[in-house]
Amino acid sequence: MRPFWSGTLTFGLVSVPVNLFPANKSSRPSLRMLGDEGAPLQRRYFSQKTEKDLDADELVRGYEVAKGKFVVVTDDELDRLAPEKSRDIDLTRFVKEDTIPPVHFERGYFLTPESGSDKAYKLLAETMAKSGLAGLATFVMRGKEHLIAIFSDHGILRAETMRFADELRSPEDLGLPKKKKAPPATVRKFEKLISNKAKKSFAGAKLHDQQAEALLKLVKKKEKKRGNVVQVETEQREPGKVIDLVAVLKKSLAGK
Amino acid sequence: MAGRAIWKGELKIGSTKVPVKLYSAVADRTVRFHLLDDKHLMRVKQHMVNPDSGDEVTTQEVKKGYEIEPGKFVILTDEDLQSLEPKPSREIDVAEFVPPESINQQWYERPYYLGPDGDVDAYFALAEALENREREGIARWVMRNKHYIGALRSQDGYLVLVTLRNAAEVISARELPKPAGREPSAKELNMAKQLVGMLEGEFVASEFEDEYRKRVMEFIERKAKGHAPKLHAVKTKRKTTSLDTVLAKSLASLKKEKRAA
Repeated sequence: MRPFWSGTLTFGLVSVPVNLFPANKSSRPSLRMLGDEGAPLQRRYFSQKTEKDLDADELVRGYEVAKGKFVVVTDDELDRLAPEKSRDIDLTRFVKEDTIPPVHFERGYFLTPESGSDKAYKLLAETMAKSGLAGLATFVMRGKEHLIAIFSDHGILRAETMRFADELRSPEDLGLPKKKKAPPATVRKFEKLISNKAKKSFAGAKLHDQQAEALLKLVKKKEKKRGNVVQVETEQREPGKVIDLVAVLKKSLAGK
Repeated sequence: MAGRAIWKGELKIGSTKVPVKLYSAVADRTVRFHLLDDKHLMRVKQHMVNPDSGDEVTTQEVKKGYEIEPGKFVILTDEDLQSLEPKPSREIDVAEFVPPESINQQWYERPYYLGPDGDVDAYFALAEALENREREGIARWVMRNKHYIGALRSQDGYLVLVTLRNAAEVISARELPKPAGREPSAKELNMAKQLVGMLEGEFVASEFEDEYRKRVMEFIERKAKGHAPKLHAVKTKRKTTSLDTVLAKSLASLKKEKRAA
């Protein structure tokens, strides 16, 4: 599996070539669309004008400037529009880890060191861990500028993409009522409820995807009845490949 | 522009209930492109096709299957899928309260604001209590045929509900080996600490702007008028110098900047 992005992480004049791999994966079991005989179907684009199917090289990306009028923008143009300084992850600001409001966090990625950059990588990870700091940067990846925070997590650098300030609404934007001082007795009542139900720490490992589990259970049940199962020849087809992301990360961290 | 509530519910903590409205906290600013057919510059449509025959299969004819082994599918009917949908409910059950620092950033997914739906006092009292106790509530609810888990927190005196990922969606750094390679020296660590310290500051979200989005929009506007600007090709650079030389140089230049400021 190729990294999601490869580039350079910098702080001061120190540069650390890194690879980015997703730190999140989907827990939804994916269902395939099948034809009558059970053949896996393909999603195809077709032209409204000719009604013919289109191949990837017959598709372009367009921005609608007026109804039905599009400006075509190519991948190359999008690449070239990125300011030069935005092509690296340049950590220009470090903040205390716990001061970033969670509403900003979007998606996680692990950074692994490119061969030869392991020392600088470890230096940054250890320095950030000791000081409890997260590094911030903006950079352009895959046709979008990202604000990211980098955390040191058990010796590994993890990036979280974040929503920019203007991508978040405020209570005023939403027209929520003006803040008012609540009756102290009611506040105390809630404080007591919170204390009664307080836990020492968050148990994320216990958060299951109930719907996904129910689906797999149903599949197991239905599997027993032959009428519910279809089989097609697989020689000419590639079976749905599942990428073991953890194995990919382990390999990359070991410098292979 | 006042936002519209997308859902109404009731926070339930033990036997205490707080009626709330739910609003998306996200304002989408992504530059949206459409896929076009390159000959006619018209938006394309999608359909499902049998790859062997090339024939279109209509939505009504499409079956859904779960692949249990390569080429072998268990068919799931619409009734099957409907039977898996959770029962609708208005309840947001908050069963426990945890220290915010025990929730790693990876779990947070999508933020919603909650607004009071009637009982304004209870709403602001709960927000204040969460702040005083420095806790986040772990909430579960069903919305639009889907189970959700979320963190209930107070932000600037208002209640915020941030959906959380489930365990199968999060890869923990603890599962991974520490990176291979040499350890930095004490001298390097000390210089790096100084360097990072000089760049330390408060988190101010408005310090960061999506400049690229602006550049893309400007480019599109100019291209729409018929004068496509020339863009330069991307150059890549890479240089190598020893780590402590670079650290020392970085420190020196930052100190100079600070003095000048």
